[in-house]
Amino acid sequence: MNRFLLPLSIFIVVVVFLGIGLKLNPREIPSPLVGKAAPDFSQPQLFEPAKVFSPADMKGKVWLLNFWASWCSGCKTEHPVLMDLAKSGEVPIYGMDYKDQRDEAMTWLSRWGNPYPVVGVDDAGRVGINYGVYGVPETYVIDKQGVIQYKQIGPLDPETVEKKIIPLVKQLEAQ
Amino acid sequence: MIPEIGHFALILALCVAVVQGILPIYGAAVGNSALMAVAKPAARGQFLLVLTAFGCLAYAFAEKDFSVLYVAATSNSQLPLHYRLAAIWGAHEGSLLLWTLILTIWMFAVTLFSAHLPESTRSRILGVMGLVSIGFLLFMLTVSNPFERLIPAAAEGRDLNPLLQDPGMVIHPPMLYMGYVGFSVAFAFAIAALLGGNLDAAWARWSRPWTTVAWCFLTVGIAMGSGWAYYELGWGGWWFWDPVENASFMPWLAGTALVHSLAVTDKRGGFKVWTVLLAIMAFSLSLLGTFLVRSGVLTSVHAFATDPKRGMFILAFLAIVIGGSLALYAWRAPRVGLGGSFAAMSREGMLLANNVLLVAAMGSVLLGTLYPLFLDALDLGKISVGPPYFDSVFVPLMAPAVFLMGVGPLAQWKKASLPDLAKRLKWAFGVSVITAIVLPFVMGTWTPLLSLGLLLAIWIATTSVVTLRERLTHVAGNSLGERLASVPRSYWGMLVAHCGIAVFIVGVTMVKGFETEKDVRMNVGETATIGDYLFRFDGAQDVVGPNYTAARGSFSVSRDGRETTVLYPEKRRYTAQNQVMTEAAIDPGLLRDLYVSLGEPLDDGAWSVRLYHKPFVDWIWGGCFIMALGGVLAISDRRYRIAWRRQEPAVPAATRAARRKVA
Repeated sequence: MNRFLLPLSIFIVVVVFLGIGLKLNPREIPSPLVGKAAPDFSQPQLFEPAKVFSPADMKGKVWLLNFWASWCSGCKTEHPVLMDLAKSGEVPIYGMDYKDQRDEAMTWLSRWGNPYPVVGVDDAGRVGINYGVYGVPETYVIDKQGVIQYKQIGPLDPETVEKKIIPLVKQLEAQ
Repeated sequence: MIPEIGHFALILALCVAVVQGILPIYGAAVGNSALMAVAKPAARGQFLLVLTAFGCLAYAFAEKDFSVLYVAATSNSQLPLHYRLAAIWGAHEGSLLLWTLILTIWMFAVTLFSAHLPESTRSRILGVMGLVSIGFLLFMLTVSNPFERLIPAAAEGRDLNPLLQDPGMVIHPPMLYMGYVGFSVAFAFAIAALLGGNLDAAWARWSRPWTTVAWCFLTVGIAMGSGWAYYELGWGGWWFWDPVENASFMPWLAGTALVHSLAVTDKRGGFKVWTVLLAIMAFSLSLLGTFLVRSGVLTSVHAFATDPKRGMFILAFLAIVIGGSLALYAWRAPRVGLGGSFAAMSREGMLLANNVLLVAAMGSVLLGTLYPLFLDALDLGKISVGPPYFDSVFVPLMAPAVFLMGVGPLAQWKKASLPDLAKRLKWAFGVSVITAIVLPFVMGTWTPLLSLGLLLAIWIATTSVVTLRERLTHVAGNSLGERLASVPRSYWGMLVAHCGIAVFIVGVTMVKGFETEKDVRMNVGETATIGDYLFRFDGAQDVVGPNYTAARGSFSVSRDGRETTVLYPEKRRYTAQNQVMTEAAIDPGLLRDLYVSLGEPLDDGAWSVRLYHKPFVDWIWGGCFIMALGGVLAISDRRYRIAWRRQEPAVPAATRAARRKVA
């Protein structure tokens, strides 16, 4: 082969891949859990450690499970969005305090506001492992049968809530 | 009205670019000097038109015209003026305009400093740059118009990303773009030479200063971006192998190889084909970098909003420009012929080895950057390639390149003798090895990487001394001062740039080897120690900035009981987007940086705090600036000054001779 054609050939290969790459979304991380039953857990509650919080309590309801932590700055960014969503009453948001200090988590919620009816404590990160949490914040939409229908990696923003979460919740509630 | 003028100026600029891209190249092909003469006024006209457009956008930002979509999306009425102006390149559309403006600035510079070029060469160069410019102007006018109106106007702008509200961001992108786009000149020279079929030493001599200037800008631009990441992102890192950083680093590697290969073509007439390919590569990688940043094919902290139409446009543009040039290369390069022959052990041989290593390093960065995309496209899963890959590939490639850097300047052209080189370098080698082994023990820890880094840095320093000493014995002059003065500036430039690498390596090695960090919870009055320094937290206060509110912590730093400094890190909340930013406080020093960043507020006025002690970290950027300084010295060399001066008087030789007689 003509060695002067080599650079061109390499370039053509790269262009083909770049072309295919344009059609893909690098931010979309597939979750094997979507469409599967939400992993069960039974964790102490943040404000009342004597009580436990478990997905079994939520059967028959559509709900969001939000992994957060007081040390996580993305959670602070997301926080006003969660407060608005909680106020709108569209869907209950349950919190899972991920690898956090209990007192710091409670201070954080009392300072910035608490969008969650109940917060579970996952101080060892076990629940996070079962749910395949990449990093907080992450949010799961779980339907009446306890099946995960959607997973948001990273902070929720108003647009995602409005265009994805709320329509999905409405559709699931109608089922 | 003003934005429409800007829009219209862009449309006119496109028309001019089309004329500039077609007529002069055609004129050069058929030998029509009237058509060739179009190039110069067209390039200058295009520069003025794009400058007008840029001015109009700047005016819209200064006047807070939120009826312009781009202005509303990237600025805010509370944003101070200098950041409103920097917001011009704060997002996609405006940075394209900046790109195009800089391209036309380079064109304008070519029209100014090209009087000594043959008419056909100059018109081809400007023609090629015009063709590149068509692509960018079309891109703006079709899918990313910075002057698009927002009707009805927004009451308030969305604000500039707080990360970008920083003095470093005001200068970093223009510097980087000057470098990226500067390679378009070397590229245009190469394409012009391929079109004209005369790849001679003169071609390399003309290309050299342009390439060096672009390389200097790129070096400084990358260093500033890295410095910005260091103090603005608040985690104390200075290089993350992020796809967008890689996108700027790849043209730098190719450009560095080009600078060296041009030296061979200029001095010895060798490497012609290779030099042309590198010139095409350096600019192609700049374009590829633009594509990677703009199209969103890769995830990165820098990525702008994704729009598939834009991605498609740039990809098509890339395919035409790069594919076209490489096809031209495949067609014309075989006829160029080879330069003079040389032995493997010679300065040419070593420069070639250095080029191969630099290009291999560039290739491995390219592979690491695109690998996740390749796998994803082949449906083999999602992965990310991180620093471990790059570190493990990069060090083994760069270590021999740096070793050669010490030997190369001492080797003769054409054929050098290995025993002779070994004799001349034995002291440098001995000193480097012994110091590199012993010094880490003196400093307290010995690791192989620490020793290797020091070895390379000291090797460059000692061989530079040897090189300079030998050079001084060969130049004219009696006193040392006279001899130093008669060493050409370009030679000093090389030595200084190489020493910049040494300084850079010292910085990287020392930071990697000796940095310490601590995450602590600090209450008011509590202390923490890092390095030899004692930090006392004196509490945090609320402060109000122009467009943010912040908690400002106060830390008294002392060493052996003596107060060193007081640091004020901030946690800012930017009101427009309700975003929280960490503003680290740094006490810089020649031998160490002290770095404090505030984490999250805890109860009772306590904060989580992150403290760093970073020895020699400023040497990293210092080294880059020294490299760029070397480049500046090289282009201020006498022969270029003469070249510039010679072209100025457009006076017939006879008149000049007559004048000389009178004088």
